[in-house]
Amino acid sequence: MIKIGVPSKGRLMTETFAWFGARGLAMRRTGAEREYSGAVEGMEGVELVLLAASEVPRELEAGRIDLGVTGTDLVREELADWSAVVAEVARLGFGQADLILAVPSVWVDVDTLDDLDAAAAAFRAAHGFRLRIATKYHRLVREFLTESGVADYQLVDSLGATEGTVKNLTAEAIADITSSGETLRANHLKVLSDGLILRSEAVLFRAKGSGADLGPLLARLGV
Amino acid sequence: MTPKAAIRAEAERLHAVFVAAGAVPVEADILLPAETLLDLYGEDIRARAYVTQDPARGEMMLRPDFTVPVVQAHMAHGAEPARYCYLGEVFRKQDRVSERASEYLQVGFEVFDRTAPEAADAEVFALFQSMLADLGLRPATGDIGILMAAVRGLETTPRRRAALLRHIWRPKRFRGLLDRFAGRAPVPAARAALLERLAKGSPEALIVEAGTFVGLRSAEEITARAEALLEDAEAKPIAAPEAAMLYDLLTLEAPAAAALTHLRGMMPMLPAIGPAVDRFALRLEALAARGADVTTLPFEASHGRTSLEYYDGFVFSFHAADPSLPPVASGGRYDALTAVLGAGASIPAVGGVIRPGLVARLRGAA
Repeated sequence: MIKIGVPSKGRLMTETFAWFGARGLAMRRTGAEREYSGAVEGMEGVELVLLAASEVPRELEAGRIDLGVTGTDLVREELADWSAVVAEVARLGFGQADLILAVPSVWVDVDTLDDLDAAAAAFRAAHGFRLRIATKYHRLVREFLTESGVADYQLVDSLGATEGTVKNLTAEAIADITSSGETLRANHLKVLSDGLILRSEAVLFRAKGSGADLGPLLARLGV
Repeated sequence: MTPKAAIRAEAERLHAVFVAAGAVPVEADILLPAETLLDLYGEDIRARAYVTQDPARGEMMLRPDFTVPVVQAHMAHGAEPARYCYLGEVFRKQDRVSERASEYLQVGFEVFDRTAPEAADAEVFALFQSMLADLGLRPATGDIGILMAAVRGLETTPRRRAALLRHIWRPKRFRGLLDRFAGRAPVPAARAALLERLAKGSPEALIVEAGTFVGLRSAEEITARAEALLEDAEAKPIAAPEAAMLYDLLTLEAPAAAALTHLRGMMPMLPAIGPAVDRFALRLEALAARGADVTTLPFEASHGRTSLEYYDGFVFSFHAADPSLPPVASGGRYDALTAVLGAGASIPAVGGVIRPGLVARLRGAA
């Protein structure tokens, strides 16, 4: 049995279903409205597992699913050594979103990471604590800032409404996923010109530890 | 894998040598308040140290090294001069499954002494070298104090000197700044555009134009930095001969005695390094007096410039032939750290650690 993990709700689910459907594998949710179970038609020996997109990386790593659809951002954030654990099978062409670093628009002196670093040094001297960046992507943001040589900042955890943290004075800057930038503008924030941390999209991943024979299925999917 | 009992026995043997050398054994907590370490090393330490949550005391870290707790204990109630040694586990997160241990024993030796820092440097190095002499290790030495003195003496604006000093342990960032300050790299397009915008209107007007004010960073702070940027754009590049000397210093690698001759030759162009080079010379004398061959001892001016470090003077390490192994021992001088942790007080300090697990492995302990 080949198990495919697919996001259990929202546009990511419907677009994933459409992608598989176009390749002859009909996926659908079954059971009651709130029940997370699904079915696949069009090929024997394939089972659908509905999961939160953020659970897919760990399930791939644990070997409980053989294939999984999720965002590149989640795979790289959740799995320390992601390229040893999973392999990209196909980019699905939807779910595009950028993980970016944004600061208040009124910071007219800050346009690049270089500026952010200098502003962080001055901020720490003036306020006695390190400049706060709100995010839920701790690993990705930290690695990006380390690589860029930015110092004197701290990451504060934000699980939702990250863009509001600056106005609420719980952070000075944010790192979050954005697809259009509208929410940023509405919250008076701007993206740093070199503040693109990761370009994310929906990807079909294969668990490297999977022992299942994926050949016939992947041939059917044309990937 | 070397058995744990063999590693512990090796650790105790090394520890006994430190005690015989006059060090007082000290203990340190394994759970340390995260705040102190984060303030010292920044967010980068989270990638290396295990962070955990204590219900009453907040964020805690599993001891990533002994230096901070030992310095804190000394600053709080130590008498001077002091020599300490310790033996215990340290914990370092590894991002991938590898042979590198995430939990291992360290044995360390620290000297807090105001009287003769160079003699103390030599004492620590010679002690480590004698303890590891049978392992055929390659020593490496450096002196971050010379580089810092060169930066402090640069003929440029105080702001540029401060920016370089702040990034001395981030070689890539340091190099980028130096290239720009020396006029070797063009002003980045984004910065040029920013300067153009700032030059057009007052910072205050630009802030109003940018829309609704949000955030804790005040308009005064934004204005002050905008003005600083404009001022910096007017600053003259670091003069070519002086810059050339600094690039030369960054890449200087030679046997210690030859490095001293080379540094003396640089002094007319970089007079600010004079006192630091004199200290280097004193250290070499002290090392020679303890039997080290300074005509072959490797020296690199940039040795020890990695993030998560705090050394600001003499640095050293001992390496096995296998390049995949971490250093068997490492250490250095960290005077500035004692000032940061000492709440106003400070004391010259030098020390180092040995990894008994590697020593036991190299000795072929079964």
